[in-house]
Amino acid sequence: MHKKVHVQATINNEPVEFLCEPRQSLLECLRDILGLTGTKEGCNDGNCGACTVVLDDRIVTSCLVLGVEAQGRKITTIEGIAEGHKLHPLQQAFLENAALQCGVCTPGFLVAAKALLDAEPNPSEERIRLWLANNLCRCTGYDKIVRAVKQCATEVNA
Amino acid sequence: MKWFDYSAPSSLSEALKLLRENSQALLLAGGTDLLVQMRAGRKQTDLVIDIKNIAELNQLVLDASGLRLGAAVPCYRIYNHRDIARGYPALSDVASLIGGTQIQGRASIGGNLCNAAPSADAVPLLIALGAICRIAGPSGERTVPVEEFCTAPGKTVLKQGELLVSLHLPPPKPHSGAAYLRFIPRNEMDIAVAGAGVSVELNNGNFQSVRIALGAVAPTPLYAKQAGDSLAGKPVNDACIQTAAELAKAAASPITDMRGTAEYRRHLCAVLTARALKQAIQRAQEAK
Amino acid sequence: MSSQFQVVGTRPVRHDGADKVTGRALYGADIQLAGLIHGFVLRSPHAHARIKRIDTSKAEAFPGVKAVITAADFPVTPDRIVDLGEGDTPLSYVRGNMLASGKVLYKGHAVAAVAATNVHIAEEAASLIEVEYEPLPCVLTAPDAMKDGAPILHDDLRMKELGEATDKPGNVAEHFRHVKGAVEDGFQLADKIIEREFSTATVHQGYIEPHNATALWNNDGRVLVWCSTQGSFVVRDVTACVLDLPVSQVKVTPMEIGGGFGGKIPVYLEPVAALLSKKSGRPVKIVMPRQAVLEATGPTPGSSIKVKIGATKDGRFTAAQATLAYEAGAYPGSMVGPGAMCVFAAYDIDHITIDGYDVCVNKPSTAAYRAPGASNAAFATESVVDELAETLGIDPIELRLRNAAKEGTRRADGPKYRKIGCVEVLEAMKNHPHYKAPLEGPNRGRGVAVGFWFNVGLPSSVNIAVNADGTVNLVEGSTDIGGTRTSIAMQAAEVLGLPAESVLPSVVDTDSIGFTAVTGGSRTTFATGWAAHDAAQDVVRQIKERAAALWETTADKVKHSRGVYSCNGKSATFAELAAKLGETGGPVVGRAAINPRGVGGSFSGVITDVEVDPDTGKTTILRFTSFQDAGRAIHPSYVEGQMQGGSVQGIGWALNEEYYMSADGVMQNSSLLDYRMPTSLDLPMIDTHIVEVPNPAHPFGVRGVGEANIVPPPAAIANAIYRAAGVRMRRLPMNPPAVMEAVWRKP
Repeated sequence: MHKKVHVQATINNEPVEFLCEPRQSLLECLRDILGLTGTKEGCNDGNCGACTVVLDDRIVTSCLVLGVEAQGRKITTIEGIAEGHKLHPLQQAFLENAALQCGVCTPGFLVAAKALLDAEPNPSEERIRLWLANNLCRCTGYDKIVRAVKQCATEVNA
Repeated sequence: MKWFDYSAPSSLSEALKLLRENSQALLLAGGTDLLVQMRAGRKQTDLVIDIKNIAELNQLVLDASGLRLGAAVPCYRIYNHRDIARGYPALSDVASLIGGTQIQGRASIGGNLCNAAPSADAVPLLIALGAICRIAGPSGERTVPVEEFCTAPGKTVLKQGELLVSLHLPPPKPHSGAAYLRFIPRNEMDIAVAGAGVSVELNNGNFQSVRIALGAVAPTPLYAKQAGDSLAGKPVNDACIQTAAELAKAAASPITDMRGTAEYRRHLCAVLTARALKQAIQRAQEAK
Repeated sequence: MSSQFQVVGTRPVRHDGADKVTGRALYGADIQLAGLIHGFVLRSPHAHARIKRIDTSKAEAFPGVKAVITAADFPVTPDRIVDLGEGDTPLSYVRGNMLASGKVLYKGHAVAAVAATNVHIAEEAASLIEVEYEPLPCVLTAPDAMKDGAPILHDDLRMKELGEATDKPGNVAEHFRHVKGAVEDGFQLADKIIEREFSTATVHQGYIEPHNATALWNNDGRVLVWCSTQGSFVVRDVTACVLDLPVSQVKVTPMEIGGGFGGKIPVYLEPVAALLSKKSGRPVKIVMPRQAVLEATGPTPGSSIKVKIGATKDGRFTAAQATLAYEAGAYPGSMVGPGAMCVFAAYDIDHITIDGYDVCVNKPSTAAYRAPGASNAAFATESVVDELAETLGIDPIELRLRNAAKEGTRRADGPKYRKIGCVEVLEAMKNHPHYKAPLEGPNRGRGVAVGFWFNVGLPSSVNIAVNADGTVNLVEGSTDIGGTRTSIAMQAAEVLGLPAESVLPSVVDTDSIGFTAVTGGSRTTFATGWAAHDAAQDVVRQIKERAAALWETTADKVKHSRGVYSCNGKSATFAELAAKLGETGGPVVGRAAINPRGVGGSFSGVITDVEVDPDTGKTTILRFTSFQDAGRAIHPSYVEGQMQGGSVQGIGWALNEEYYMSADGVMQNSSLLDYRMPTSLDLPMIDTHIVEVPNPAHPFGVRGVGEANIVPPPAAIANAIYRAAGVRMRRLPMNPPAVMEAVWRKP
């Protein structure tokens, strides 16, 4: 009989425990076991970035991480970006710039862009475009997304 | 994916024991190739061995003997390493070319090599840099020059029970430089249509020694020895560069597929080799 | 501008914004139900094969499996012609694309489905289903499929020829013709005639969210469906039809939808999930893997197009002729019809003949994609027009202006234009700083093109309930793919004289609102917005009655202006009157259910600068400006967003996207790695210029902006590549090897 694995991790600053099959991706564990459905599945092979989360200190596509690999690790998802009722400035900038249309890529973009701004407070447009190239958006043509990130960088630094 | 068990050994000996006991086990580093292939049904196993908790596979040491790069070190650790950016800028380049930001958070150079895709971005550069693979197995350790590591698409010299521990790059020589350029239709998130890795060592305006390797134009990453050797002792000028580029093109034996025609790929070999040589020469000239 | 409006033309934060930036918005795949199990669809490895036998017994016996179905599980009903919103189709074709019966017609064609306690078990069990195939030769392009002796997909298909049924078997489902004037006479008047052939590859809509469906066959016999769709009523009607149920027995709850672009109008999974639920007694969720999305849904047709245009020396088009053969994919119904409507739609030409062929091939059944069929056609027409401009020595925008369609121009397919914005778009292009800016440097070129999409109307329903705090709840049935909750709510707000934030929009299930057609055809802000306008007027009418009751007068004496009601020196705000509904007669609900006429077509244009690497053939977009007649931009940010999104899809279509098929009909690049949609690093900012030529029929002048923007980009880029590299590219995509090879062949 196959046995599930017990995993302990810190997710959005909360200690979390869950049981999963080794074949289940971190994406599946977040969505189907933990109910954190803000992280989206777009391709399940690492190419669209919709499932981006922060794993320890790096962004990764959670479809290419096994749930069992989360043991002892720290994970931040889209649900952990806002501080209580206060939206993160990037979330606010996305709204003000109309940087989303269907919105399904938005969680991945926000997690990825926040990681960029946390590491580099004032990136150039080229740098933003390179950093976000692992996140596909089919609705916006990226224009307003790049502007939102740039605006947020400028405001945070002002 | 069918059910598999998961183990994350913390020592090399433990990993080798697991490998010995499970002949079908697959090794997981960044997983960016492995999990995709398992999901597509191209690979199956009863046991996945996560090698990221093993110290030797995570080492990143730069000293007088060169660079020791653990097989599981993810790309971002390489391009975020200031001494690597100084000593091996072409390696930094390659680490930032593979996949996108998220992929680079997981994918490793060792994994890129072990996946043995003809188009692997890291491998032509590793060949050009003269990297040595350190392999551990049931009968101890052995080393293999990186140009001999891949034997066919998806196949390597690794035998049953063996794993790649690390890559060793010799220290950069004075007046040397390296570069890797690939061609992709997009600007990011693409597989190379063709790639060229080169390293050059200069001596008073002449080439002292040159190594050229090509990607995605043969069943394995291709060491174009003749093309590099042709430059030894020659003056650094466009004509010589072009001659070497043509020799590289002649060494290629590409196929036509969704990423490009054979003719187009041969053409790119010459274009990329010439461009990479120019970039490497510039680095060599700027090097102390 | 637009100072006559308070809300229309402003840029409020969208109503569903907070949900969508926090991860709280629930998309189709996010639904969780008690007892939920997971489905997996087994798909054909062959592009064309006869199914000899299916044995599901091993899958059924696999631990964790709750149900296995095949096409044999559809109710037994005689085949009949049904119209499910996209024209007449045999029911057997509709069902056949959901689960193959008798034959598989493309690689990835659904054959069977399994439901199990998790998706991995379902997938593993599906691999145990034994299907015995007799592989058949396949045919992959329209020209090949039209040849005598080509493999035939449907033995029962007979060609419809110029509107008449024939007994001619083959792969051509239909040949139609539009005629205006006498085309040969027109060519006699020309000083210069250019005729060219073009082809375009199959491309996919590329929405980031895969198709998904969850269904529960409830114990009362009702089928409950949750899914991501552009049209919840389409899903309801198709599911009911396929399962042989009355429509009232199916309830569809549209979840948030992660992109559609036309590709989430067809129904693939919902009846399959329902049948699995019926057999298992559990709610069943199916999420399509990305490979299946590419191999079995969407794409928009590959095409072969011949265009011939004649012009006088002074640049007046005398005649135009086009032959369009579009790949329908596995079942009849390509987008050749709209392609033929749009091919010369931007021009006022006296003599036109257009022939269209709808051709079945062994690829997935094609679907709409943003102005479906029009980009293919414009690639051909706008390339020929560009060549004529060069030959005649006339500026390409000027040549287009001399021939631009205007009010009164009759299209070859019949309709005569009312007020349209073709000239205004071209004038805006001509006067734009981009067109006047010098373009310097080697290997660079500038291209222009225009395009047209007719937009559609169709029914929409809106209810508006007044809250005691002076806000209103607006209930509608148009699924919101790109901010239409807000563009609809803003139109109600404008009528009510309220801020956009005081109108609270909800998209509801098919039990809870009147019939509403798909979010598609650029219709949602136009039609559902119109319904919101009318429902808001209904509220105003009732509030006037309430004010009249308070003030002891009659409703016709009460005036309303910008949210303030007044009569004989008395006045009250909407909020004040809303607070008193209890004492004036109870709740107020405004309603509108409309089927609007007066659709206003939309013209768009592109100016783009490119650079072509002479050593690799790779094209870089340096600058890109999109122009579009919105009629009226309700929320300009989201109008710009539509223009930018359509532009970038057009760039992808132009440069890299294609179905790369093996000879035996297997898509070689069925992942988002190798199906190369543009990334952020492949693009500049996309500049936009909104033109507003109000649609005289619509209360606010709305035309609809979702589609026309994708029509000109491939042609504009082709024309720019010509100026950069000296080669006329007549096949899409114009990827690096194709451009390089064209440069090599250049005389």
